[in-house]
Amino acid sequence: MCLAIPGRIISFEPDEAGSKMAKADFAGIIKKICIDFLPDVQIGDYVLVHVGFALNKIDEAEALETLNALREVGEAWQEAGQASASE
Amino acid sequence: MKYVDEFRDPEAARRLAAAIAARTSRPWTIMEICGGQTHAILKYGLEELLPKDLTLVHGPGCPVCVTPAGIIDAAVELAAYDDVMLVSFGDMLRVPGSRSDLLSAKAAGGDVRLVYSPLDAVKLAQANPQKRVVFFAVGFETTAPANAAAVLAAKRLGLRNFFLLAAHRRVPPAMEAILSAPSCRVQAFLAAGHVCTVMGYREYLPIAETYRTPVVVTGFEPLDILQGILQAVELLEQGKASVANQYARVVTEKGNLQAQRLMAEVFEICDADWRGIGRIPASGLRLKPTYAAFDAEQVFLLKTADDQERQTTCLAGKVLQGLIKPSDCPAFGSVCRPESPLGAPMVSTEGACAAYFRYRQHG
Repeated sequence: MCLAIPGRIISFEPDEAGSKMAKADFAGIIKKICIDFLPDVQIGDYVLVHVGFALNKIDEAEALETLNALREVGEAWQEAGQASASE
Repeated sequence: MKYVDEFRDPEAARRLAAAIAARTSRPWTIMEICGGQTHAILKYGLEELLPKDLTLVHGPGCPVCVTPAGIIDAAVELAAYDDVMLVSFGDMLRVPGSRSDLLSAKAAGGDVRLVYSPLDAVKLAQANPQKRVVFFAVGFETTAPANAAAVLAAKRLGLRNFFLLAAHRRVPPAMEAILSAPSCRVQAFLAAGHVCTVMGYREYLPIAETYRTPVVVTGFEPLDILQGILQAVELLEQGKASVANQYARVVTEKGNLQAQRLMAEVFEICDADWRGIGRIPASGLRLKPTYAAFDAEQVFLLKTADDQERQTTCLAGKVLQGLIKPSDCPAFGSVCRPESPLGAPMVSTEGACAAYFRYRQHG
């Protein structure tokens, strides 16, 4: 139920029933979504979409930090592994 | 950056698993709350990567699974009305009530429609003024704001034929209920990342402190889950009962305030029943009195309070509390299968029993 997928905002669309709408690109599939929860969203932003609503923006800097942390975990472990192998 | 493939790298997963093993000095039991995480764990075989001392138990984070049979009975009853169009997310269709399910109601001639978004239900009400359109609003805090937005849209359109059968549930009270149970064996939580995308993680700070239980807000890709487990193990090993945020690319401490505002405009907190678990104080969201005209329970005078469970050998309640694994249930895979489910966790795409059936014992 709580499935949410990342999409990139590509255009703003006319309001529907007073709700703010936009089109988003989900790895090639274009769908209309509601952006009522993100009044400041910009074209080009990546957002996390659930049941047709953008829940939040995806923060690229935070994503990169997470990936860097993962890389460091790997490197630290590899170094530890090499150290113990050479002992 | 596409925010998907980067978090599925198998080599990085193996390195993370090695780091988890290196930091685990004794047995620990960690519960992932969300059924979406349970499915990712089973699908990617993450448990097989973990040290034997680490046990993952699966939580109640499947809204479809915890929706009481009494509410499903009410939906089935409504679907039988000539002038009612019952609109639901697809997940609910085959979940058994105490007597029947919505798929059977549809087969019997009921006007049951499936939608992807709550706004689609509003459009159906707009296009079908001769019908009373009831939207079966299940979901946690992830979904509740979208359901609130649908009510607000219907109000702006002046629709008098749109109603909500509200069955929302809030996650933090369920975590407290699990931790308060004498049989609780959960030592740390992976909190549901998309619930927290909306709500932030402020609500978890007092839970971590009161119950001396670390909570790690965790995403849904394989590397997210492994990193969440690593952070949980580190907190457990250090004896720190704090809240960590693995899913910082979408979760902030305060969450999405605009979504919370819309939710608070339309809904208020209430006590609620969880299927197989029982009543949990302050764990539900119902329509506020100012939105009573949209409340299907009040408009149709429905009785949903009594959770009339039919007698079966189903142990879904214990599965949902992490007390047993799906495969420990004697009915699992024999009399209870996805095509003939005894309980909701075997039906839902997020149910733990369905995940075990699909990815483990049966293919």
